[in-house]
Amino acid sequence: MSSPSQASRLQLAGITKRYPSVVANQNVDLRVEPGQAHAVLGENGAGKSTLMKIIYGAVKPDEGHIEFNGKPVHIRNPQQARALGISMVFQHFSLFDTLSVAENVWLGLDKSLSLAEVTRRIEAKASEYGLDIAPDRPVHTLSVGEMQRVEILRALLTHPQLLILDEPTSVLTPQAVDKLFMVLNKLVSQGCSLLYISHKLHEIRALCSACTVLRGGQVTGVCDPRQESNASLSRLMIGAEPPALAHKARAPGPVVLQAQGLNLVSEDPFGMDLQGIDLQVHSGEVVGIAGVSGNGQRELMYALSGEDARPLGGSLSMEGASLVGLGPQARRQLGLHFVPEERLGRGAVPAMSLAHNLLLTRAESVGAGGWIRTGALAEQARGLIERFRVKAGGPHAAAQSLSGGNLQKFIVGREIEAQPRLLILSQPTWGVDVGAAAQIRSQVLALRDAGCAVLLVSEELDELFEMCDRLHVIAKGRLSPSLDREQATVARIGEWMSGLWPSPAQLDTGGAHAQA
Amino acid sequence: MLRLEARPQPSRAWTYASPLLAIAITVLLGVLLFMALGKDPVRGLQMFFWEPIKTKYALGELMVKATPLLLIALGLAVCFRSNVWNIGAEGQFIIGAVCAGGVALLADKESGRWMWLAVVAAGMLGGMAWAGLTAVLRDRFNASEILVSLMLVYVADMVLSYLVYGPWKDPAGFNFPQSKTFEAATQIPRLMSGSRVSVGLLLALAAAAALWVFLFRTRAGFAQQVGGLAPAAARYAGFSSRRALWTALLVSGAAAGLAGALEVAGPIGQLTPYVPAGYGFAAIIVAFVGRLHPAGMVLSAILMSMFYIGGELAQSRLGLPKSITGVFQGLLLFCLLACDTLVTYRLRLRKA
Repeated sequence: MSSPSQASRLQLAGITKRYPSVVANQNVDLRVEPGQAHAVLGENGAGKSTLMKIIYGAVKPDEGHIEFNGKPVHIRNPQQARALGISMVFQHFSLFDTLSVAENVWLGLDKSLSLAEVTRRIEAKASEYGLDIAPDRPVHTLSVGEMQRVEILRALLTHPQLLILDEPTSVLTPQAVDKLFMVLNKLVSQGCSLLYISHKLHEIRALCSACTVLRGGQVTGVCDPRQESNASLSRLMIGAEPPALAHKARAPGPVVLQAQGLNLVSEDPFGMDLQGIDLQVHSGEVVGIAGVSGNGQRELMYALSGEDARPLGGSLSMEGASLVGLGPQARRQLGLHFVPEERLGRGAVPAMSLAHNLLLTRAESVGAGGWIRTGALAEQARGLIERFRVKAGGPHAAAQSLSGGNLQKFIVGREIEAQPRLLILSQPTWGVDVGAAAQIRSQVLALRDAGCAVLLVSEELDELFEMCDRLHVIAKGRLSPSLDREQATVARIGEWMSGLWPSPAQLDTGGAHAQA
Repeated sequence: MLRLEARPQPSRAWTYASPLLAIAITVLLGVLLFMALGKDPVRGLQMFFWEPIKTKYALGELMVKATPLLLIALGLAVCFRSNVWNIGAEGQFIIGAVCAGGVALLADKESGRWMWLAVVAAGMLGGMAWAGLTAVLRDRFNASEILVSLMLVYVADMVLSYLVYGPWKDPAGFNFPQSKTFEAATQIPRLMSGSRVSVGLLLALAAAAALWVFLFRTRAGFAQQVGGLAPAAARYAGFSSRRALWTALLVSGAAAGLAGALEVAGPIGQLTPYVPAGYGFAAIIVAFVGRLHPAGMVLSAILMSMFYIGGELAQSRLGLPKSITGVFQGLLLFCLLACDTLVTYRLRLRKA
């Protein structure tokens, strides 16, 4: 590794952080060398974020010590971390929409600088690293990828010796990821160290030369990711290899969902208007919608689920019956069930019991006059918990007491058990542990094999390729023609994600299916 | 040193223990207050917690005051559970009283005994209409129901004043701002002789039972609460937020209006500028101290009624200002909010 004369950039020893109900980090050691891109790999809830917050001074560890460039340090707050030369790019941006790029950067810097000086520095840094950005543009006009560039620029202007990036690619198209990696490689070659948090194995392998794997708050391995296989990394990360999905070929049945020329102005002034959406989902097939978040997925889901039942342009029907103007309850009665991407607060009421959360979409335990048969309701919940292997304290456990994966198993189970004719899922495995994700995917596929039509919206291309029979891409509120899975490649989908797809006439076979 | 530490999940035990602790602290602060004022604290506490339950008559008076508090609080609980912040129950109470009084004034010596039912119905409709104003403004123009309902209290107060100083003033009343005394036919039937307790108490208890059934046993009540706890989940389920808003405000308006009708056609017997006694505001405290639960609110209404009666007794017997009632109400709410910290946090001794 490093020469003996050179101290490590960062060294953590025996870091432990306990929370009332969970030990987030237990006796964690981590060593990052100067000019090293170091990955921190682990599932959601493995303790990656807590560890990063400890390094960045946002959380105080209960035990353990930290050395930076060979000197012991006590990092009390992020200001101190920045003064040491540690910067962090968070997964969720902290930018003011109404201010310009330069003003946003200015806010985080030394107040003695003038705005003109900051602008000049931004331009210099931007050209140095090929980060193409106009300092005077207001942030709300930027794409998500551009906002991330602003965050990275802001971090670079503090001349960091260690840059922490928390899942930076979850909001980027594959092409934008390549661009980001070029910037990061350049940084590394100049001697800056990186701590790169992710659960995407191929990215880690492309960028990093060292990797620390966390599971359940403990280090389960330190390795060179380029020497490891997916299977061996998965074993370190989850303790097992993910089960392979059986995707049987199946001829699709009749059309279930049909949308033609769907136009809808977003309720949110900063939202995305839907323009001329053409979409068909047949029974017995999984249709995927890929795209970078914020390109109209949210609006499309609201329009399809009936949560947004305003009059819309074009037609929307299910098995011949028009859905226009129908609310979620009426659509559910037609057999349209929906799993929203937000589990707590939308898919489930956090403070209510699992049994009561059944009542959101299911009415089997509601008798005449809306009387709730509490015994039957608890029994129904108990059955669901058992059938879908939900780890919970029983039917009366509050939804918020479950882990993300278990709550998602419950919600997906709730909708699958209703035997829908059409199931729409939005980001069904977002923030869900690998085991639960695999279970959810195989259950959705089983539903498809039983003849249900499935529409799957996801930002994870791997998931879409694994599950879908056909794929669309959504970009800037418009929907691409559909591609059969065999024709879909990461490069092609990535290109389409920026809205550049050929007109249907130019498409040979992929388009033909959508017109069928 | 003491330190607050977040609990992994809210403590069920403390949900119930918190109001009890709050009452204990309130009593303790009351003792200190009496001592600071140079009064015997034992005598002081007697006024609040012993005198109101000492005799059968005193118990009756306790119920007379608890009845409107409970009724209003029950309605408010529907609002608060559905995240509709109706702060103007006092105004709905006043308009309920005005409408009930208007109908009562129509009665004459020949009116049948059914008249009290018309009086009560008019009160409920009046309260609903007044709360409906808030609902319209919120629904149509997205106005803040907190401000609108609160401001409408003062409008309601003006309406009452206009009527008793003007058109409805008793011609034989020596120019006092008050209406004629209502005919006997309009009087809310009393439960027993020798006590002012009326059928209103039974109505309030029945309403508490009905609220329990609505909240915990019907899908409509469930939908109402989902809208309060998680609006996006209500939308996802397809529960109408407009319907929840209207239900909450109309139910609480009706309850407050009923309380107003029971007051003017009961203990008061005429319209005067002193009909508003602050029940509408005190009921907010009743609702929260009772944890928005029907059974809890029955108990907290009785407690709050003790404060009312104790305050009056402290005035007449100990020479304390009557505002001592308000002081106790405020202390209780303040202590409750402080104690509720323990529901989501626990105290830990930090090792030095």
